[in-house]
Amino acid sequence: MANGILVFLEHRDGVFTKVSLEAVAAGQQLGASLGQPVTAVVLSADATLAQGLADFKIDRVVSVESPKLAEYTPDGYADAMEQAVRALDPQFVVMAHTYLVRDYSPKLAARFQKGVISDCVRAAVDNGSVTFTRRIFLGKLDADVVSGGEPPVFATFQSGAYRAEGAERGGGAAVESMPVELGEVRMKPEPPFQEVKAAVDLSKAEVIIAVGRGIKGQEHIALAQGLADVLGGDLAASRPICDANWLPIDRQIGSSGQTVAPKLYIALGISGAIQHLVGMKNSGTIVAVNKDPEAPIFDIADYGIVGDLFEVVPVLTEELKKLKG
Amino acid sequence: MKQVANKDAILRINKEATWIEEGDLSHEVNESDGYALEESLRLKEKHGGEVVVCSLGPQRVKSVIKDALARGADRAIHVVADNVKDLGPFSAAQILAEAIRGEQPDLVMTGLQSDDAGYGQTGVILAELLGLPHATIVIEVDASGDALRVKRELESGWYQWYAMPLPALLTIQSGISQIRYATLKGIMAAKKKEIREVSPAAEAGPSGGHQRVTKVYFPHKTKQTQFLGDGDAKAGASQLAEKLRNEARVI
Ligand SMILES: Cc1cc2nc3c(=O)[nH]c(=O)nc-3n(C[C@H](O)[C@H](O)[C@H](O)COP(=O)(O)OP(=O)(O)OC[C@H]3O[C@@H](n4cnc5c(N)ncnc54)[C@H](O)[C@@H]3O)c2cc1C
Ligand SMILES: Nc1ncnc2c1ncn2[C@@H]1O[C@H](COP(=O)(O)O)[C@@H](O)[C@H]1O
Repeated sequence: MANGILVFLEHRDGVFTKVSLEAVAAGQQLGASLGQPVTAVVLSADATLAQGLADFKIDRVVSVESPKLAEYTPDGYADAMEQAVRALDPQFVVMAHTYLVRDYSPKLAARFQKGVISDCVRAAVDNGSVTFTRRIFLGKLDADVVSGGEPPVFATFQSGAYRAEGAERGGGAAVESMPVELGEVRMKPEPPFQEVKAAVDLSKAEVIIAVGRGIKGQEHIALAQGLADVLGGDLAASRPICDANWLPIDRQIGSSGQTVAPKLYIALGISGAIQHLVGMKNSGTIVAVNKDPEAPIFDIADYGIVGDLFEVVPVLTEELKKLKG
Repeated sequence: MKQVANKDAILRINKEATWIEEGDLSHEVNESDGYALEESLRLKEKHGGEVVVCSLGPQRVKSVIKDALARGADRAIHVVADNVKDLGPFSAAQILAEAIRGEQPDLVMTGLQSDDAGYGQTGVILAELLGLPHATIVIEVDASGDALRVKRELESGWYQWYAMPLPALLTIQSGISQIRYATLKGIMAAKKKEIREVSPAAEAGPSGGHQRVTKVYFPHKTKQTQFLGDGDAKAGASQLAEKLRNEARVI
């Protein structure tokens, strides 16, 4: 009978990513609440990487190996994970909701005639049954989700849902090698690269004024610029603003843009989708101006104004000018 | 292309607390799907061929379809179903797969994620069901050679090119190109274009309960936000200036 929690670990340049350790923490907590063992699975060309898990409190460490796993491809990973899941027969497969996992896990789940319960923010266990909570409508609402039917249940967790430091140590399972034969890999990856160095480096900025779609048009960017000037700050933006070329891409904050932690971050007309929040949530003081009182950005703001940014910003700019003398 | 609730809509939860109240809501095309259409139109302009739009949903999704036809798509398949929110990503992909399989497309493009359910999966599952290689979070498509080459966005400013044979499926990221507007001529031409209505294939039922929503609610707030102005935006602005200086001491 299916039993246990299988945790998938992602690695880059020979180290496990921080969010993978968050997945370990999620798996351990789920395992403890359900009284089920935790198995970690690492996909690579050899067992070296999996050795790195030796001091975690994990019941089994399985190193799934094939020369075709030396670099990531969705075909290779889905094939390898399918074999691991069929052999290990877990009740839950837990993964971090990263770009890599988004790329292959739906393909994996489809081989079991189902989808993934994706981008969860928590899992609660009550009487042996698990309720997953996912953010929907770009973070505006939460949905509790249960899974019936045959195991395994595939679930991914949002970055920050669990703490990487929460992954328990002590245990030391020996690494088990699982060689696999993989099917044809149809896609050929070229080496990853970064675009030529960004012209603006916002990671050192002390004050950031960020605009979102609430700014309505490129002609209104000047309004935010005026506020930035008074505060000696830099302008930044959410993705749709850069997509529309209202500001250059190197001013984008978030999972696919820059990560910043200024002393002061003022978000104007930004809803607060998780992909934006991951890029700025460690800022010192966070201010949000949004006309929607339920906008998720308010959940991480120290100060909030529910209202029209076109009314707020001119007054704020004037008042700050006065205060600064 | 999926139709979703308007991004600026004020969401209300339905009586059963299982989804949002849809009755009085306005809808629009899912953001990344608009970019997927734009990219298909550009490929067609370069290489010829035909762009077919497929949408699964109730009659109201016709507005998304008509808009796509006005922008330049050649024809459309409307899979008529009212229960889209109950399907889950696997069943939705199954239905879409059966609706387009007979077209034998060279390239299938979807958005990378829907702005309502946000599964981020339907495209990838669709690729698996159709037996196609795929790439996700695509921000550039180079179809000039024999093989397809696509640029994928990775995390924190990294990118990677992938090459793969056709036919293939790509999930498109917002911002891949600037979206065109429909012209008056396009809107007129769209009136003559075919919209074929089909029913969901019989074998693709509801998700077998492997992903059932039991409750929808507003997230619990974890941080104590100080709300300023109490509805008066200008008063809030003056209070904020004062607080930034004297309380947060950031200026
Ligand atoms: C794989 C992936 C990667 C992504 N990467 C990033 C990323 O790096 N960075 C990023 O930002 N996003 C990213 N996104 C997109 C993200 O999911 C959101 O779509 C985006 O952040 C929304 O931007 P927004 O808040 O500006 O727009 P919206 O969500 O449309 O919000 C606009 C807000 O403005 C408010 N508003 C409107 N008018 C006014 C007014 N007059 N006054 C005050 N408020 C007003 C509205 O109430 C609303 O809350 C990514 C998405 C995916 C799937
Ligand atoms: N009902 C639908 N009709 C047409 N396309 C859809 C539908 N649902 C999902 N898709 C496509 O799949 C993508 C990913 O959706 P999702 O898996 O819900 O995040 C969307 O951007 C659409 O391109």
